[in-house]
Amino acid sequence: MISRENLINLILAALLLAVPLAAYASGEQFYITLATRIAILALAATGLNLALGLGGLVSFGHAAFFGIGGYAAGILATHGFSGDPLLLGLSGTNQMPVIWLVAVLAASFVGLVIGAISLRTSGVYFIMITLAFAQMVYYFAISWPAYGGEDGLSILVRNQFAGINTMRPLNFFLICYVTLLVALGLFSLIRGSRFGSALQAARQNEVRVATVGIAPFRIRLTAFAISAGITGLAGALFADLNRFVSPSMLSWHMSGELIVLIILGGVGRLFGPVAGAMLYVIFEYALGGVTERWQFFLGLILLGVVLFARGGLLGLLAGRAKHG
Amino acid sequence: MTLALALEQLLNGLQLGVMLFLMAAGLTLIFGVMGLINLAHGSLYMVGAFACAAVAAATGSFWIGLVASLIAAAAAGALVELLVIRRLYDRDHLDQVLATFALILIFSEGTRWLFGSFPLYLDIPPILGGAVMLPGGLQYPVYRLAIIAAGALVAFGLYVLISRTRLGMRIRAGESDREMIGALGVDIRTLYTVVFALGAALAGLAGAMVGALQSVQVGMGEPVLILAFVVIVIGGIGSIKGALFGALLVGVTDTMGRFLLPQLLALFVPPAQAGMIGGAAASMLIYIVMALILAVKPRGLFPAAHA
Amino acid sequence: MVEVMADPVLEISGLVKSFGALRATDGVSLDLRPGEIHALIGPNGAGKSTLIHQICGTLRQDAGTIRFAGQDIGGLSVAERARFGLGRTFQVSSLAPEFSALRNVMLAVQAREGSSFRFFKPVMWDASLIDTAMAMLERVSLAERARVPAGELSHGERRQLEIAMALALQAKAFLLDEPMAGMGPEGSKSLTRFLDVLRHEAPILLVEHDMDAVFALADRISVLVYGRIIATGTVEEIRRDPAVRTAYLGDHA
Repeated sequence: MISRENLINLILAALLLAVPLAAYASGEQFYITLATRIAILALAATGLNLALGLGGLVSFGHAAFFGIGGYAAGILATHGFSGDPLLLGLSGTNQMPVIWLVAVLAASFVGLVIGAISLRTSGVYFIMITLAFAQMVYYFAISWPAYGGEDGLSILVRNQFAGINTMRPLNFFLICYVTLLVALGLFSLIRGSRFGSALQAARQNEVRVATVGIAPFRIRLTAFAISAGITGLAGALFADLNRFVSPSMLSWHMSGELIVLIILGGVGRLFGPVAGAMLYVIFEYALGGVTERWQFFLGLILLGVVLFARGGLLGLLAGRAKHG
Repeated sequence: MTLALALEQLLNGLQLGVMLFLMAAGLTLIFGVMGLINLAHGSLYMVGAFACAAVAAATGSFWIGLVASLIAAAAAGALVELLVIRRLYDRDHLDQVLATFALILIFSEGTRWLFGSFPLYLDIPPILGGAVMLPGGLQYPVYRLAIIAAGALVAFGLYVLISRTRLGMRIRAGESDREMIGALGVDIRTLYTVVFALGAALAGLAGAMVGALQSVQVGMGEPVLILAFVVIVIGGIGSIKGALFGALLVGVTDTMGRFLLPQLLALFVPPAQAGMIGGAAASMLIYIVMALILAVKPRGLFPAAHA
Repeated sequence: MVEVMADPVLEISGLVKSFGALRATDGVSLDLRPGEIHALIGPNGAGKSTLIHQICGTLRQDAGTIRFAGQDIGGLSVAERARFGLGRTFQVSSLAPEFSALRNVMLAVQAREGSSFRFFKPVMWDASLIDTAMAMLERVSLAERARVPAGELSHGERRQLEIAMALALQAKAFLLDEPMAGMGPEGSKSLTRFLDVLRHEAPILLVEHDMDAVFALADRISVLVYGRIIATGTVEEIRRDPAVRTAYLGDHA
């Protein structure tokens, strides 16, 4: 017997796949790009969901990891294209798997550093400090002219993946979609594992976790670094989608958007980020078509969700979250 | 590098610090009394700047504009508190962050709706125009000195308000014990609205004063908001004294860093590179200072008793 | 009975903790020996909570030492002390409320095994983890409620769950903070019987207001008043002690 939530998850996954396939069949390339955007944002938010949803760590700085992933892709591709060595004689590359690895490692490493400082605090301090560190990365990107500074960095040709023509929108969508599914699988495994137990218990009752002998700090720091890595991977894909990286990927609005996605979908739910990203991109597209002031209405909707519908879309459809 | 130039930068740093104090004081007061984190504080700063610019343009008087900015920001603050914020006091920080993030979107787009996308400009009032001669032959704008003086005055006023008045007594009681203040017979809902409006007015004042130095535009409050967060994290959330100290530290460190670091590096590397590396390093300096302080004192320099 | 000659499991000496001018713990020394129940009693505000916080590591003492299982643990974190085998229950129940009773105990089991850095194997398919946890729940007669979220358990059931978690840690000593509080007469009686058995697993430092339970269970009693231990002895000695009678027991005795 499949649970109601899993059924909804399946429908969401199928829907996200069906739309671009239908668009491909009818030649509407634009909708494929829209679906790709949804998949990538959902991936970024899945990373954040690990820290925020499972660990209760309200990071307002995940744009830093998203942007670092993006710049990893942009910088490697630039050097790969020009043939200039990067550093220590290493060269750039246009191979996605290598780029992804670098993006994940770089974002995780920065996540480890930021987390090690921020996780010494909690509550509002944590929110403000993660925000501040992300802002630091943002200003660094702006004031460092080597890779475009404020103007950003273009990727002339989309990076390569195993002989697939990534310039075809459907192919690139499928790459992003499969990556998202893998990340969701990883999230689900971690949520059910011993590590996930400790992480979620630390959110519910920190003192209790320490009293059974598990140090919450180490658990949280590990989760924060994994979370940063997943969001970084999404950043690399986002750079390839737009073939452009700019400091706006690092801006605090981006951090806010990622939290908003999770809230719209459902905090801590496996498919919360997917539902949230769908809603968000559809709002943006539908409202944006009617009024250029769509963010005003997004604000109103968000306010309504926070004040009156705290479970998000999945909370509305599937009821309260269940734990084993 | 001359001494006069360094003095000028120091004064600029002080002026930035004073601005940050006006922002941080409201934020930290609101957190200390109501336990609320308010991302939309930067929007109130923007409201103050727009109100001042619009009214000054209509009446031709900066001073009427300044009064209007206080009224507009306080009114916007009170309205937001009544409609939204008071539903958030019992919520967790995540809900507070999201709801006030939503408010930013509403304020920003609403302002664009009202005033369009082009920046407004606000002239410095004639009486504060011009420059004075400082030791070392430096010409320094009177207006910036006036901002420093105004900030010092507000800091003193806040000190008197909190330590000497009935309202201040209630605020202090609210910070130390939320239940006791109810028992004292203080109408806590009104107190919260007043504190929120007061914080908003301080932010609006800061916005109006800075509006004459920069262009008045949507989004102007956000960089200041984040710096104000750094300030209160350094100073200790809930502490006005910490906000003052943190604001001056951040203001002076940031300004002097941007001035000194490139020059310092120029002693070792070619000037073009020194400018680039120094500039990038300077933009990160206050965050590094914040990290160092947190490494030693995770709750800031002047931790409030209960936070 | 008390094995007088055995080395104490927990040994506190000269513990001092001040908050400003207030000396909440004023040179406290006490020990806990294998097999015994050592009750700590005292009026409200005597400093019992402060003392417990120092033993389990949420507060750091200003002076004095805490030795546990032959080690000086006075400088260790809460989690480190727990890994040494200090099993604690809380005065106000402290659990992961969204997790089922079973998953709460499973958390304690995995903590003892030191296996919290396993990322992939689902705990709900982990037979050894589940079986061990279920065995603990059975010992506290909570097996039928295993799948109920801890937040929905009754007050008494939560206390039982706390003890099941302490059992799962295979503690070398139990630190039970008012386990009888809010239990009702029937619950208190069955818990008293249970603690009488539990002492053979590991000695118990019992902080308790319920004097019937204390007099029924304790091998030794220490009386804490204004941060000082004014007497330590057997039930009879404490009952007779004039200082205790005036300072604390008064009309009870």
